[in-house]
Amino acid sequence: MAVLLFAENSQGEFKKAVKEAASYAYALAQELDTEVEAVALGEFEDDAAEELGEQGVSKVHRIEGDEYEAFNDQVFAAAIAAVASEIEAQAVVMAQSYDGKAVAPRVVVRLDGSIVSGATEVPTPDGDEFVVTRLTNSGKGIETVRAHRSPIVLTVAPNSFGVKENEVDCEVEDFDYDNEVEAGMTSKGIVKTTNTISITEADTVISGGRGFKDPGNWGPLEELATLLGAGTACSKPVSDMDWRPHHEHVGQTGIQIAPNLYIAIGISGAIQHLAGVNKSKNIVVINKDPEAPFFKHADYGIVGDLFEVLPRINEAVKKHQAASA
Amino acid sequence: MKSLVCIARVPDTTTKIKYTPDGKALDGTGVSFVINPYDEYGLVRAIEFKEQTGQGEIVVLCVGGPEVEENLRKALAIGADRAVRIDADVKDRMYIAKQIAEYARDKEFDFIFFGKESIATNSSEVPGMVAEYLGLPFVSQAIHLEVEGDTAKLHREVSGGYEELESSIPCVVSCQKGIAEWRIPNMRGIMMAKRKPMATEAAVDAPVAVSTDNLQLPPPREGVKLIDPDEAEKLVEILADKGLL
Repeated sequence: MAVLLFAENSQGEFKKAVKEAASYAYALAQELDTEVEAVALGEFEDDAAEELGEQGVSKVHRIEGDEYEAFNDQVFAAAIAAVASEIEAQAVVMAQSYDGKAVAPRVVVRLDGSIVSGATEVPTPDGDEFVVTRLTNSGKGIETVRAHRSPIVLTVAPNSFGVKENEVDCEVEDFDYDNEVEAGMTSKGIVKTTNTISITEADTVISGGRGFKDPGNWGPLEELATLLGAGTACSKPVSDMDWRPHHEHVGQTGIQIAPNLYIAIGISGAIQHLAGVNKSKNIVVINKDPEAPFFKHADYGIVGDLFEVLPRINEAVKKHQAASA
Repeated sequence: MKSLVCIARVPDTTTKIKYTPDGKALDGTGVSFVINPYDEYGLVRAIEFKEQTGQGEIVVLCVGGPEVEENLRKALAIGADRAVRIDADVKDRMYIAKQIAEYARDKEFDFIFFGKESIATNSSEVPGMVAEYLGLPFVSQAIHLEVEGDTAKLHREVSGGYEELESSIPCVVSCQKGIAEWRIPNMRGIMMAKRKPMATEAAVDAPVAVSTDNLQLPPPREGVKLIDPDEAEKLVEILADKGLL
């Protein structure tokens, strides 16, 4: 019996989303009076995996092989399910990342269990069942889900639980598994279209809307993002007009984010936009229209011309950083 | 190409969500229900295949009660050839996936299209489950799809870019913006849709893995603290004090 974490291996690295899922798995394991074991696929250094001990993972099952070189949901699901069955996992936890979203539904079918996607809190055991909270209706509602079948597969919503320190000793062990899945899909490699910070993982996201009036006016926003090490996002109209790339579009039909700090500049705050960002812990809105609906959903607001306000903020951030350096 | 396009009926994106007083369901009063926007990308990509080759068939499928027929009819107006409703009181995603998988199992579809997620539940579970039930490859969040010979060439959205993939056919594809452009049905399409077949099939027995205990709205924010634009620097002080910089 244990909680199994699928530790996504990103070229030998275990990223923040994995650490967050590990922290979540540890909290669940505490509830169940058991330990967190992880499965990691492909090549990585022992040291990198052992660092997951900081989030409470006591053992990492390593499965190596050429078939794990690139992500393949079919092949990966078989391996994850095999480890889950072997250790009789009560729960399988993973990040709600691109790969997590693709592989989790296959894992639950293999294990014949329950699945809750985008969990925001640790499940409460209730007899043989689990009660879990997640967001629904594109972040406009909170759903309490009851999972009837065991084991439960959980994907953890990004930035919902946070990375926690729960240091335990962690060892890496080879798991003997012969994967017989014949994958119908092969990866031909990943094409990077941006080198900027991933907005689903960023602590701070700065977002611009039509208020910028022209794609050439994004300089001050990008400057602030650079100063704060923040990700950059945009509203749907701005992405539709090709002022900014599609992958920056946050909202109901774009990317949903939950950073610690979201700064929306020149965005009125239509309901579809709010659906993508209202999980942010702190929201700052800068808009010249005092009637902009976004102010009703913000923690801090400045009613003013962004072309005057933003440079002042940038200067103040530089002063603050110089003073605290 | 023979395509199965699976659609979900969801509240329009502009909907102000309300739940019933017992917290068990969405309050549908005054809500307009539409085809899940992401599902329409798959529908249009399937139509494009048919337009390019002049052959093939597009079946649009929805699991639900009679109310989904208006959404199926719209898919017919956009360009699907025939519609199938699996008559069921929808229980959970695993239940839906099982219905779709059993329907598709022996029908030799080349592609089974979905949206990347439903904007109602945001689970993105059904496509992967269907793929696993049928033992098919699955490309999630596809932003590009072409067919060369008997191979599908796809781009799958990943963090910071996209992954180039090749898949055998048949396969399951969940669609993201970029794979096709939405279409609005024209008058001819709407007229033709009235004469296209709409079949109803009985649901198969399937497990129900999860149920909803409660639905509620998130607590409102405490209210905005406004800062004078002439003292915009104060914002930086506040954020710094809160440890946010």
